[in-house]
Amino acid sequence: MSRIAVVGCGAVGRSVVDLAGDHGHDVVAVADSQGAAVDPAGLEAGAVLERKAAEGAVGDAAPANALTAPYDVLVEATPTTLGDAEPGFSHVARALDRDRHVVLANKGPVAERYADVREREAASRGSVLFEATVGGAIPVLGTIDDYGPERITAVRGVLNGTANFVLTRMAAEGLDYEHVLAEAQDMGVAEADPSFDVEGTDAALKCVILANVLACGEREFTLDDATVAGITRVPGSALDLAAEDGRTVRLVGEATADEVRVGPRLVPDTSPLAVSGTRNVVQVETTHADGIDLSGRGAGGPETATAVLADVGRLPPLE
Amino acid sequence: MTEPEAETDPEPDGGRGDRPQAHTIRLELADEPGELLSALEPIADEGGNLLSIFHERGHITPRGRIPVEVDLECPPSRFEGILERLRDEGINVVDADAERYGEHLTVLLVGDLVGTDISDTVTRVESSPAATVEDLSLSAPGGPAEQASARLRLATRAGAADEALGVVRTVAAEKGLSVVEPLTEVSR
Repeated sequence: MSRIAVVGCGAVGRSVVDLAGDHGHDVVAVADSQGAAVDPAGLEAGAVLERKAAEGAVGDAAPANALTAPYDVLVEATPTTLGDAEPGFSHVARALDRDRHVVLANKGPVAERYADVREREAASRGSVLFEATVGGAIPVLGTIDDYGPERITAVRGVLNGTANFVLTRMAAEGLDYEHVLAEAQDMGVAEADPSFDVEGTDAALKCVILANVLACGEREFTLDDATVAGITRVPGSALDLAAEDGRTVRLVGEATADEVRVGPRLVPDTSPLAVSGTRNVVQVETTHADGIDLSGRGAGGPETATAVLADVGRLPPLE
Repeated sequence: MTEPEAETDPEPDGGRGDRPQAHTIRLELADEPGELLSALEPIADEGGNLLSIFHERGHITPRGRIPVEVDLECPPSRFEGILERLRDEGINVVDADAERYGEHLTVLLVGDLVGTDISDTVTRVESSPAATVEDLSLSAPGGPAEQASARLRLATRAGAADEALGVVRTVAAEKGLSVVEPLTEVSR
């Protein structure tokens, strides 16, 4: 059992609060951008979430109070930011400075400042895990860690559900990009500003994280090192031509220890990568055991929280 | 778009002797029991070693036939004999690559294909020794002024797929076209 502090109260943070008890953990602090609730004896999840829904803030304490609460594991679930990855990076640093563990749902610190995170971790008794940053509920990083990153030659996959939904609908209905995007926005599958998803940035961040893991510290990757193309220039006619030939187009991200690429790719209809709708899929290429295909839900509050709590369970006891 | 290299051409490098080499043959078979077997037997009889058979049952040709792609290995001197034997047996051989075009890849091009002269694009790709364009499909539903798409099937020398893709990328970049590349699977 661990004592958890959750920073960031979006869909993922709320689901972590909701599901932590089911995994046998106590939530001792929750913070959003406006306030915090702290109780070293353990917060009652239902009450915290009700208050968040009713009043917008989880509690009256200052948000920073959550960072100094008596937790074992800090769950960092604030929105992903690029560049200096703040404020997420500072939250990670403060927890490690206190010799506490960190579990990230926020991609920023491990995509943009991987070496800084690892350096802080090396000086701490705490560890940093970040399964939830790649492929939602799919155990991608856990699988890589089990086999050992030095025995993985490449990871490729469909890592953005919004882009995959748009491509799937375009191919199935013969509609153009703008039309399907509007539909996806109405359904809540795409955000009002979908650029992060459809321009390939989100998939690229996930692949950058994978490349950082595969490189084992030999080289650090950031978003600037990725070659990225999105799906906005893929017309319906291209999907039609692919379909005539038994193929389809998917936004595929590829990561090795040397390279990160994201772009629309032709894949056979029968390929494991030709997943439909918002599902994600990841292929892990191993040196001695061929390819491992993993697919599942790549986004969503309970799905991502499930990956977060799996990480919490993997952490070693703090001395 | 281009005739496959005549199989009787002597290899320019000359030095490979009669070591077995990989070939790809495309056949079209009637959808009848035993057709596939009667197509494969002559290959084995003539000394060919079957590597893989891709039987596209889901894809009937406009003539109501089933396309089959056969990868085989045989000494260069035997290849012509295999083709002759297949034709003698009444098998419809639609395409027979010389071994120098051992791999195929399909790419999509997107953009102003008409305005940037699609036939010049094809010519430029073919000017590379790495690739020949076997098939081209163009779709421009919005008319010539709108964004169009093309599907190119390229045949490349064994191991030269990356080089062929590089040529396509270069030509596309010069003309402001987007390339949707095939996923190059790690060789298994």
